[in-house]
Amino acid sequence: MNIETCNVVLGGIGGQGILKASEICGWAALYEGYHVKKSEVHGMAQRGGSVESHLRFGQRVFSPLVNRGGADFLLCFHEEEHSRLKPYLRKGGRDLLRYLDAARKLVVQEPRALNTAMVGVLSRELPIGEAAWEKALETVFPPKFLSFNRGVFFEARTMER
Amino acid sequence: MTRTKRPVHKAFLSGNEALARGAWQAGLKVACAYPGTPSTEILEALATYPELDVQWSVNEKVAYEVAFAAAVGGVRSLFACKHVGLNVAMDPLMTSAYTGVNAGFVIVVCDDPGMHSSQNEQDTRWVSLYAKLPMLEPANPGEALAFVGEAFALSERFDTPVIVRMTTRISHGKEDVVIGERDEVTTLALEKDFRKYVMVPGNARGRHEVLEKRLVRLKALAEKTRLNRIEEGTRSLGFITSSVTYQYVKECYPDASFLKLGMSYPFCDEKIRAFAKSVRRCVVVEELDPFLEEHIKTLGVRFAAKDPSWRLGELGPDAIGPIVRGEQRKVRQTKSRPPRLCPGCPHWATFSVLKKLGVFVAGDIGCYTLGALPPTSALHSCLCMGAGVTFNEGLRRAHPDGPIVGVVGDSTFVHSGVTGLISAAYNKSRGVIFILDNRTTAMTGGQNHPATGLTIRDEPTRELDLAALCRACGADHVDVIDPTGNLKAFEALVVERLGADALSVIIAKHPCKLIKRKL
Ligand code: SF4
Repeated sequence: MNIETCNVVLGGIGGQGILKASEICGWAALYEGYHVKKSEVHGMAQRGGSVESHLRFGQRVFSPLVNRGGADFLLCFHEEEHSRLKPYLRKGGRDLLRYLDAARKLVVQEPRALNTAMVGVLSRELPIGEAAWEKALETVFPPKFLSFNRGVFFEARTMER
Repeated sequence: MTRTKRPVHKAFLSGNEALARGAWQAGLKVACAYPGTPSTEILEALATYPELDVQWSVNEKVAYEVAFAAAVGGVRSLFACKHVGLNVAMDPLMTSAYTGVNAGFVIVVCDDPGMHSSQNEQDTRWVSLYAKLPMLEPANPGEALAFVGEAFALSERFDTPVIVRMTTRISHGKEDVVIGERDEVTTLALEKDFRKYVMVPGNARGRHEVLEKRLVRLKALAEKTRLNRIEEGTRSLGFITSSVTYQYVKECYPDASFLKLGMSYPFCDEKIRAFAKSVRRCVVVEELDPFLEEHIKTLGVRFAAKDPSWRLGELGPDAIGPIVRGEQRKVRQTKSRPPRLCPGCPHWATFSVLKKLGVFVAGDIGCYTLGALPPTSALHSCLCMGAGVTFNEGLRRAHPDGPIVGVVGDSTFVHSGVTGLISAAYNKSRGVIFILDNRTTAMTGGQNHPATGLTIRDEPTRELDLAALCRACGADHVDVIDPTGNLKAFEALVVERLGADALSVIIAKHPCKLIKRKL
């Protein structure tokens, strides 16, 4: 495995906006100048079934999938999916599950923004600067949803550790 | 015709989007498809380029014929489908290999190893062998963009349809891709060439010879093309591989030597022989069927291939070590949450009544196939597109008075249910066919079809009247009812129709919850 590559696994269930979350991260990594690969599955899996998205970035990335025990970060959106996703995490990798509740509280008014909140949590762990995150949010969200999501993102980003 | 000009900038594209971009850059004019995961986004992405003539056709056979004829007519054109969709288009495909093209024609097919959203995991590489058509296999979105341009050039140079095979991980994987500008390509003349385009036996014999000779020339090209690339690494270990599998192997064995096949048919025998001899241990790694393996066995070189247990399912980086070590596939029991109908889905109402009545429900392909899973568990067969209608008839031929019904979606009915209904009426079949009309092609993400009255670009068009169509097919009763509105009335109607000695169609009409917002 290429040690300079950063590996993230995002997962939960269909309808939680996981693909959108990894989309934001992918763009941010791209704007930071990395080579990026992201892999997920559409279709049947999105009808409330398990959803996972793999994101890898670095100087040179080959496999679009993270191997088991290869993820530097695990961003899980649903407690019940955690045991399925846990084996992806490498020894010493960061499991961000403990922020899930705090993220939920942050978006209690608009639960659909949980994905943005979780990306905010993840953002402070990744070697990607704020300017790249700003640009990624602008790319992914249509203008009328941008300022709300930017607010959620930065609140989560500055959340207590 | 010129190739891609100098790159202008980078974009973050999925394999499907990149392929669409590459086709657009190559001067594509006409593209046709029927939606099917994982291929759907190719046409959706093409529809965003206003200069292109893009359509959802009613099924893959129609899509293939329209796109192919456009190429015969002189413009570069493309047909896209999923692996099982290609089965529907096999009739025109096999003979179009004989006629050849005029302007470039590219068949894009997306296989689904692991069956993330499919009813089987057939390996389309065999189609290239069977139909004698060249096949290119991109290994990532960047190659999808580049290879489709190569495919158009090859198609015109060799006067043949060219297949570009993708898989789910390439179609739905995203990466940074260098994009370029569009090459405008002039329309070629439409010629009346009786010997080339009229496939009656006398002409087809001649064209078969053309096809065999073309294959010999393509074989020579396969030896030379840079699509089949040797990457020199250590001499102790070398891999022959293609598609996304190349990425997995490269990740795990970055120092090894590689023969990376971008053109997987015809085979480049000399290159394969030379490569296999140049390394101490040669391993062929491929997803699904032993397509390369079976052929390379005939070349008399020493190599290792995967244990047959790996012919099932998709590969990934975790599979490569065990394959190289000759180990068997261990099936990991991961409990992933099964998909189910969305809360508020109109199909819940229909299935609740069918379940209560305890009938055998012949199913079809669509969201409603999920009705087979708990908690509804009220669908008892699913084979292919349109089989909801024909299974009702066939099962009734075995059990004439059996409590049997068929269900089919609106889009699926138009795709291939309607032919079954005509045949059922003609052959005096009885029973009740439900058209679960949710006003969209829901399973693939909500695409328009003739009965929605909207085109792929959401422009209004002539709307197909499903009820009138069913009457014209010869159904004795056609009822249109919203099952969610009044469940009692719906149930009463179903009971009445089930009791009748007639062929009935009940159109259960209520929009899909997910597209409601769009309406
Ligand atoms: S997408 Fe539409 S048709 Fe499919 S399960 Fe959901 S609501 Fe039902």
